[in-house]
Formats: sequence, structure tokens, C-alpha cells
Amino acid sequence: MSTSTPVRPSSPVTARPVAGAPTVLSVRQLAAALPDALRGLDPRRLRRTPVLLVVEVGAAFTTVLAAIEPDAFAWSITAWLWLTVLCATLAEAVAEGRGKAQAASLRATQRETTALRVVAPPDTLEHTTGLAALPTQEVPSSTLRPGDVVVVRAGRTIPGDGDVVEGVASVDESAITGESAPVIRESGGDRCAVTGGTVVLSDEVVVRITAEPGRTFVDRMIALVEGSQRQRTPNEVALDVLLTSLTIVFLLAVVTLQPFAVYSGAPQRLVVLVALLVCLIPTTIGALLSAIGIAGMDRLVRRNVLATSGRAVEAAGDVDVLLLDKTGTITFGNRRASELVAAAGVPVERLADAAQLSSMADETPEGRSVLVLVKERFGLRERPEGELVGSTLVPFSARTRMSGVDLDGVDPRRVRKGAAAAVTHWVRSTGGHAGDDVAATVDAIAATGGTPLVVAEQVGDRPARVLGVVHLKDVVKDGLRDRFDALRAMGIRTVMVTGDNRVTAEAIGREAGVDEVLAEATPEDKLALIRREQAGGRLVAMCGDGTNDAPALAQADVGVAMSSGTSAAKEAGNMVDLDSDPTKLIEVVEIGKQLLITRGALTTFSIANDVAKYFAILPAMFAVAFPPLRVLDVMHLGSPESAVLSAVVFNALVIVALLPLALRGVRYRPASASALLRRNLLLYGVGGLVAPFVGIKLVDLLVTALGVLS
Amino acid sequence: MTASAPSAVVVLTAAGQVLLVVLVLAAAHRPLGDHVARTLTSPRHLAVERAGYRLMRVDPDAEQRWSTYLLSLLGFSLASVVVLYALARLQSALPLSLGTAPFDPAGAWNTAVSFATNTNWQWYSGEQAAGHLLQMAGLTVQNFVSAAVGVAVMAALARGFARSGTDARVGNFWADLVRTTVRVLLPLAAVLALVLVAGGVVQNLLPHEAVTTLAGGTQEVLGGPVASQEAIKQLGTNGGGFFNANSAHPLENPTPWTNALQVVAMLLLPFALPRTFAVMVGDRRQGWAILATMSTLWLASVALLTWAELSGAGAVGRAAGAAMEGKEVRFGEAASALFAASTTMTSTGAVNAMHDSLTAPGGGVAMVGMLLGEVAPGGVGSGVYGLVVLAVVAVFLAGLMVGRTPEYLGKKLGREEITLVALVVLTMPAVVLVGTALSVVSGPGLAGLQEHGPHGLSEVLYAFASAGNNNGSAFAGLSSGTPYYDTLLGLAMLVGRFVPIALVLALAGRLASARRVPAGAGTLPTHSPLFVGLLVAVTLVVVGLTFVPALSLGPVVESLS
Repeated sequence: MSTSTPVRPSSPVTARPVAGAPTVLSVRQLAAALPDALRGLDPRRLRRTPVLLVVEVGAAFTTVLAAIEPDAFAWSITAWLWLTVLCATLAEAVAEGRGKAQAASLRATQRETTALRVVAPPDTLEHTTGLAALPTQEVPSSTLRPGDVVVVRAGRTIPGDGDVVEGVASVDESAITGESAPVIRESGGDRCAVTGGTVVLSDEVVVRITAEPGRTFVDRMIALVEGSQRQRTPNEVALDVLLTSLTIVFLLAVVTLQPFAVYSGAPQRLVVLVALLVCLIPTTIGALLSAIGIAGMDRLVRRNVLATSGRAVEAAGDVDVLLLDKTGTITFGNRRASELVAAAGVPVERLADAAQLSSMADETPEGRSVLVLVKERFGLRERPEGELVGSTLVPFSARTRMSGVDLDGVDPRRVRKGAAAAVTHWVRSTGGHAGDDVAATVDAIAATGGTPLVVAEQVGDRPARVLGVVHLKDVVKDGLRDRFDALRAMGIRTVMVTGDNRVTAEAIGREAGVDEVLAEATPEDKLALIRREQAGGRLVAMCGDGTNDAPALAQADVGVAMSSGTSAAKEAGNMVDLDSDPTKLIEVVEIGKQLLITRGALTTFSIANDVAKYFAILPAMFAVAFPPLRVLDVMHLGSPESAVLSAVVFNALVIVALLPLALRGVRYRPASASALLRRNLLLYGVGGLVAPFVGIKLVDLLVTALGVLS
Repeated sequence: MTASAPSAVVVLTAAGQVLLVVLVLAAAHRPLGDHVARTLTSPRHLAVERAGYRLMRVDPDAEQRWSTYLLSLLGFSLASVVVLYALARLQSALPLSLGTAPFDPAGAWNTAVSFATNTNWQWYSGEQAAGHLLQMAGLTVQNFVSAAVGVAVMAALARGFARSGTDARVGNFWADLVRTTVRVLLPLAAVLALVLVAGGVVQNLLPHEAVTTLAGGTQEVLGGPVASQEAIKQLGTNGGGFFNANSAHPLENPTPWTNALQVVAMLLLPFALPRTFAVMVGDRRQGWAILATMSTLWLASVALLTWAELSGAGAVGRAAGAAMEGKEVRFGEAASALFAASTTMTSTGAVNAMHDSLTAPGGGVAMVGMLLGEVAPGGVGSGVYGLVVLAVVAVFLAGLMVGRTPEYLGKKLGREEITLVALVVLTMPAVVLVGTALSVVSGPGLAGLQEHGPHGLSEVLYAFASAGNNNGSAFAGLSSGTPYYDTLLGLAMLVGRFVPIALVLALAGRLASARRVPAGAGTLPTHSPLFVGLLVAVTLVVVGLTFVPALSLGPVVESLS
């Protein structure tokens, strides 16, 4: 990480709620999805969801029954059973439809272009210099194969995914990332990867193609947002097994009910039995299950994260350990001046003035941060150019490790600022000496992980004296501590990884509130840490961008590669963040959890619904033969027919009613497992018990008032 | 006592009795549970056990994969069925037969399966049909070993959770079987038998003799090794009585205090084994959660049944003025209700009153007790593994709601685990519903009904609930000793016992080979009161909902009439 400097400043971390995607479900959206929903009625497509297949077979069966013995009741039930299946296919179609628009705009980037392919023997193409000068040939971009080398000039579209092997250019990647600011892509570093369909704005680069046509990044992205390659995730499959077995149990209960009813002298119409079956089997979650999965992926894509599989998204919810790089993730990229400590007997204003003077020639980010500090803290504006006429700027150099200024004129003055040892040495060379208090300050700052810069001045020919110390430190991004606390509540440990020494690393770790610190870390250390955690049965997530991150990314259960990184890193990870924002990892975890919670909540809701449906349908079926059973009709429904129909109508409508929730995901706040369980059980378990009583009663009132069945 | 207003004294006596039982169980469950856990995990063999292993030519130290474990178990049970079948068919030719006739083939099959599956459904009348040899060498032996089989399966499942990344090895069936019998069941049964003898239960090898009474009439004086069978009948949650009247018979259960003792005996191991399971998986808190779930459901059943019997609601009660018909005067309604609730919730199936004569709601509660799958506290061993299976379902349903892949006792629950668990949950309702449905519409099935209408349906549903859940108690109204019912109920017992066992062992094997995941703050806590509530709800909703339509036409209609 630390080797790359994103062109865009990484956004400050804000704890934005996960449910931020536009989710209002419009009638237009539903209408647009209708053709797809109708196509979804094909039994071959429903085979994957046995619950829905049972409903469809039931609907077909009642159609035959209604045709043989037609009456308003049979036809109403038949119509609503078909509508139930349609609601289910509609849910999936709507979820898929949301990805279609995104796919269309991505396809636009795939226009057929031509490329300037370098014509040279293969071993020549292995070189990394002089390629631009070789002869080229204009070929269609679709003919490019991995290993081909192309030259891309300013204003041309990069013909395929690859790595820059020569040159540096600014590239417009807005087609992929939606971000208009251009980014720098250059050979040899961690910023060498380019994506097909993006445009070179200036300069010229030589790119080695790494992806087959049709298997590029954009192709994968299109497939992903369209859901065409969606494979069911492990949890989804397991849930499906459970739903199928519940369907079989209720199928048994309903099929064996007729013999009981015959024995009891109250044989039932088959239409009623089918209606009971459809009401009991978990249609709600069965209908919404795939929509939840597609919508979860969609939420990820909307945050510009591209996952190679749904499995990875689900794994994100299970993560136990987050490996976060210090630089760029926990702290801003560079150290900043945070405090001025004046030496004994020196007014702090004088120190500020000297610090400002000495930083005028310091173009490093640290130097600029000193100017910002004195301006903010002491109101010292930058000096106009004229004031410094006749002075000599002494720029910072790695050799002297000092910067400063020599002011000539009536009152000659030399000001220096730099590493403690260098400045002390300079002070001694003029015959002066640094006070003990300064040495103490320097040590104290170093002990907390900060970097002390000593400021000294020499007036005239007198010995120089130390004015004080500038405290440079890593500045931790706002809001991270809260976020880490939330993660801890969810049972996720955060480990900060940094190349800094232990003292510095632990100071920053404490300030940011991480659980653990891996200091002086090499890529091998990182890999070893991941393996160690995994050996203990924990799932690890990390993000990275460099080639040397690739093994760790591949080893991690969730590896988020930065889009700005190398192709190797992108290949190794199972997600790519197009914004190259390392803090995105936290959001990915939240989306993964929200996905699982939504599934669990709707399953619980669906099963809890059955209780009320029994109270509606059983008295309707048997109260004629056994009048005492009328006491079970707690909802006082209009008539037996309207009771059965109301339950079926409610069962269908609840799918549509819950679709927005399925698409948006249930509200998620980081909390402990106990708190989450309590809240969700109350909401979806108890809610699932109560809601249908109200819903069925309302539908019944409507059915009775409209006189549908009379 | 007239209808629907039991006096305060009666209620207090009932509550006091329950409290007494609870206190004894509470005192016993920890030491007993720990003892069973030590038995199952100890590396040492007793001399008598070694002799047994040599006799059976097995190596008790060889760790078995789940499939080998299952094959050993099935082989043993098959041998049990064959031996029982032979004893029943050949008893007239064997000693101590007391002149009893051989069982007919269907009856022998039914009895053989019944005792090998820990069901102990009895279509026959013990004192008339079974000689002492069959009772001792056949039925009593099975009372021990069929209970030990249940403990063995529970032990294998516990090892599955406790082990991490092994190649599906779950222990040694022969060691589990022999040790449970020798170190747990035999000592307990010996003590209990002596106490029962002291209480007046018969223990001899005398034949049943007809004697002339002072009044000049004849009366049959019954004898036999009753106490020895009685003790394990309750301790092993078997329930097969020596006599037809079971624990209502004065020679099996003479006094109110032997009655209370029998209730304690049948609840003793089922309530102690959650502790054993918890110790074996290395997390005692999990045992408390299982125990709390079992206790909640058992107490609810006792309370409902006691209320039903004391308030004498329903057709029977109203007709008689009270619900004493079919109950023993020396026990009374409350003790009968406590016994009925405990015997149906534990898969024991012994009775001290005729369940056909329970009030309609009382009979319904007894039936629901079995239909919940015999998990609260359930049979010896089978109660724990049954409830753990439901806990897995609960964890999977609700576990997703905390935003993680569900995990239980440190094991992630994926497709394979859920498939196995779902099949277990499916088996029992399939057996019960299909069996009942066949019987109420087929000629031979209807022929066995004593009554028609809702009560007739209750009788058949009760029979299949009892067989499919390996309970063994009967509603008594059903004349089940016909080839039709003997065969079908035998099948129901066989499927209801061994299909879940096979699936649970497969689950154990899979869990044993999975890696253990450490629990953290993000893990669904499965020891909290919240989870106990959830598990109770899942047991009631997932299992119970299946039977609501059938119940509504039987006991529910009866109760409301």
C-alpha cells in the first residue's frame, strides 16, 4: 500500500449506513420487469426453486379443477395462485432489471476499437524498454491475445486489460469507475494496471495485454451486474435445502389431511387443499431468495466494488479478522505537523515564525503541513514573495536533512529546520548548543511514535540557538475509532499492518483503536499472519494493491484489490474496489452481513406466518362438520371461502410487500450477535406471527365487501 | 370433586409432587451426567467389559468412522431383533415358558422390533402371552441395550462436535454400548429394583397361580421377575410393562411413593444426559441451554395435563363428574397426569392410567408430547440428539439473522449438515402421518378402532405417534394386535428409530471431520435464555405445525366438544 499514492485523495471515513442505495420501487420498474417475470413462469426455470415449482404445479392443478367444476371461488383461488408465482418471478426480474441499466452503460465502453500492435518476435516483446519505437500494425481490438503488446497514444482508447510496460500517462477511467478525475498509470510500479475501454488523456504508454477478449474486467462486471453468471452461494444452497424439506413436510401434512377429512366425514375440495398447501410452504422467502442475492451483489456494485463471486460477498459477512494497512486506510497518507513545542525562554510565536520561514523551501508534504499548522494555529499568513527578496532558500535534501532560509539585509538571520541530529549538529557548528529541555522534548515525541523536527536560528554571527520542536505525526482519520468499536461489537478484530517500528505503530494503533498491530511488517509477515489466523479457524479479510500483496490477497478469505493496483493483485483478490479506497473493506463486511441477515429475517417471517394461516384456513375447512372448531376462527372471517381466499391473497401480496425490503436489505446496525438476534427475532419472528392476522383480516373485509365470491 | 374447579389442596398436592420430582432430578443431574461422561470418555476397561469384548471379538479401542459405527449399531440391533423374534416364536419349547403359546409371526416381529428400538409398544398382554424367559432374557436385556444404543449415538454426536479435522471417527460403538450398560444402567437398575422390591413390587420366578379365595372364587396370583424389569423399564425410558396394565398394576407399582419413584426414574437419565453431552463437547453452558429447553417443555406438558385432568374438561369428565375413569384411585388425577406427561415426553411409554381415558385435552397434550419428536427430555440419549438436531435447525433459521454463516458448538452449518438435519426432521412426520392416513381409510386399519369419530382418529394418530417416536404408550382403545397393525407399527418403529440414528451418525461423522471455529462476539450465543426461547419456539412451530391439521380433527375437536 504505502508504495502507491492515489491521485485522488482518499475520502474521509464516514460511517454511512449500508442501506443507502436508491431502492424506491416504482410501478414503472415493476412494469418493465413484467415480460421477464412472465418468461420466468417456465417450469424449467422454476426447477431451481422447488417451493415455487410446487406453487406452479398447484396453480396448474387448480386451473384444471376450476375448469371441471367452475365457480367463483375456484377461479379466484386459481387466479391468485398464478399471481403468487408471478409475484415470485417478478421479484427476481425486478432485482435483475436494476443491474441491466448498469450493464448497458458498461457495454458502451466495449465499442470495437483498433489497436496499434507492436510487431516483433516474442522474446523482444519481453523487454520493457524501447518497445514504443518498434513498428506497429493496426488491428481490431478483438483480435488481441494475452502477451500482445500495444502502443496507446493520447486520445485513444485502451484496447484491452493489461499492464503498462513502458511510459506514463494520465488515463480517464470514468467509464468504469464513474470518477471524472484522471488517474496516473505508469510502468513498473503498483499503478501499472489499465482497463480496456478507458481512455489515455495525455502522453503515450505501451501496454502488455493480460486478458482474453470476452474475459476482460468489463466483461466480468457486465456478467456480474446482469446476474447472468450468478451462482448460488453456500448459505443460499443450504437455506434452499431447508425450505425444500419444509415444503415436503407440509406436502405430507396436506396430502394426508384428505384421508383424515374423509374419515371424519368432512372431505375437502381439492382446490382448498392446494390453497392450504401453498399458504403453508415457505413461499415468501422462496420467492425472494434470489432477489436478495442479486440485490446484495447490486449494492456492492453500487459502491464500486466488484466481486468475482457471491461466495466472496457471503464470506465477507463471516470475517473474523480485518487486516488494514496503516497508510491510507487508518491514517492519511503522510505525517502532519500537529504541535509546536518551544524551547525554554522562547516565545512560541517566534518558533512559529521561524518554522514558517524554514518551511518555505520545503516542498515535502510534511513541510507544507507546517505552513498549514502555523496559519491555522498562529494566524501567520504566507509571506508575500517580496518580503523575502534578497534571501536564499535552502531546500530540503536527503543529505543535509534540513531546510531553511538565509535572510540577508540589515538584520541577517539564518533559520533551519530538520531532523534533530542534523539541526543539533548545525547549531554546534556555529558554537551554540541545544538545551537539555529540547533533547527531552525530542525523545518524548519519538517515544509516542511521532517525528520531531528541530527548528533553530542564528542571528548575525552569534551562535545559533534552538527555538523549539515541531511535532510531526500520523493523523488518524476521523470516525475510525467508532467504526472499529462497532466492528469489535460484531466480533471482528482489526489488525493494523505497517512497516513502521513497533513504538510508532503501537502509538497509532492505540489512537485509532485497533485491536492489534503488526509492526515492521513485510509481505511475508502479512501472509504468515493470515495463515496463523486461518489455522485457528478464523476468516481473514484484507486489501492490497501491490504485486507483493498478491500472495496475501490470494490467501485471505476476502481479498479486496485496489483498482489502481497491479494486475497480479487484481487477479489474486476476489474483489476489486474501483475507487481504490481501502476503508471500503468495512463496508464490504457490512454488506455481506446485511445479505445474510435479510435472508434469515425473511425466512423467519415466512415460517412464523404459518400460524395465522392455520387459524384462517382450518376452521374454514372443518367448522361445518365440527361446529366447535369455530372458536379457532379468531379473526371472525366473512365466510369459509373468503377465509381461504384471503389467506391465499395475503400470501401473494406479502411477496410484493416485502420486495423493497429484500432489495434494500434489512436495516443493519453493527451490534453484538445477541443484540442483533433479539432485535430481529422481535421484528421478524413476532412480527411474522402477528402481521398475517391483521393482513388476512383486512383482505377478508375487502373480499367480503366487494362480494367477489357471491 | 365436581367439574372444572379443583380445590386448593388438590392443586397444592399436585404442585408439591412435581416440586419433589424436580428437586430430586436437580440434585442428581450433575453427578449422574458427569458420571456418564466419564464412562464414555475413560480410557480404561473393566475386567467384565474386557470379557465381553473378547466374547464379541471386538477391539474396544479402535476408533470407528461414522459408517463403521453405524454398521456395528445396525448389526447389533438386527441381531437383537432376530434373537427376540426367535425367543417369542419358540418360547413354548423353551424353559420357564409357563405354558405360553408361541407368538404369531406378525406379533413376534412387532415385539422384536418394539423392544430393539426402545419403543416397547405392547400389543400383547404380558401376563398371558409372555413367559418368564422371554421377559428376562429377551425383553429385559433389550431394555438395557436399546437404551445404551441411544446413549452411544448421543456420545458419537458429542464427539463429532468436540473433534476437529479428524477423518470422521466418532468413537467405538461396542465400547459405548458395553460401558453404558455396565457402568450406568446396571448399577442404577440394581439399586432401583431393590428399592421397588422394598416397596412391594414382585420379584420371583414363580408361575402365575390360580388360587381359591375365602369367598370360594378363584383368583390368579401373579409372579415373576417384575422388579428387575420394572427398574430398567423406567430408567431406560423403555416402558414395556411386565403386566398388561403396566405401571397401573399393583404388582408393578404398588404405592404412591413407588409411583413418584418411577416418575423420577424415567426422567433421571434424560435430564442428566444434557450435562454429559455438554461435558463431552467441552462447554457446560450449552448443556444448561438444552436442559432449560427440555425443562420448559416438560413443565408445560405437566402443567397442561394436570390442569386438564383436575378440571375434568371434555366429554369423559363431564359424563363421570370427574376424570377418574381409567385411573388408579391410589394415585389420583394429579399423579396420573404427572406420570402421563413424563411418560409421553420421555419416550418411556409406561402408563399408570389408561391414556384412552385421559380427558380430551389431556390426551391431546400427551399426544403432542410425543409428536414434538420426543426431545423434552426424550428417550435416553435420543432426547439429547433429537434436541441437538432441532437446535441446529434453530441456529440455521435464526443464525443468519446475526449476519454470519450459522455455526453451532463451533461447527459451521453448511448444505450437507442441513440436508442431514432436514431429513431427520422429515422422517418422523412422514412415518406418523402416512401411517395414520393409511389406517383411517383402509379396511384393516378401521377394523381396529374401538370408537369412531374424532376419538377414533385420536386412537390411530396416538398409536402411530407412539410408534414413530419410539414411545410405546398406547391409547388402549385401539385393538392393535392384528397382523395389519403389528406389521405397520413395527415398520413405523423401525424407521422412526434407525433412519434418524443413521442420519445423526452421518452428521456426527461430518462434524468430526470439520474444523472447529472459535466463538467470538459475532457468534450467535446458543446458551442464552433468548436461544432457549427460540429453541422452544422452533420445536413447537417446525415440528408441531406439521400435525396441526391432524390434531385439529382429533383431540382438538374432542376438547372443544
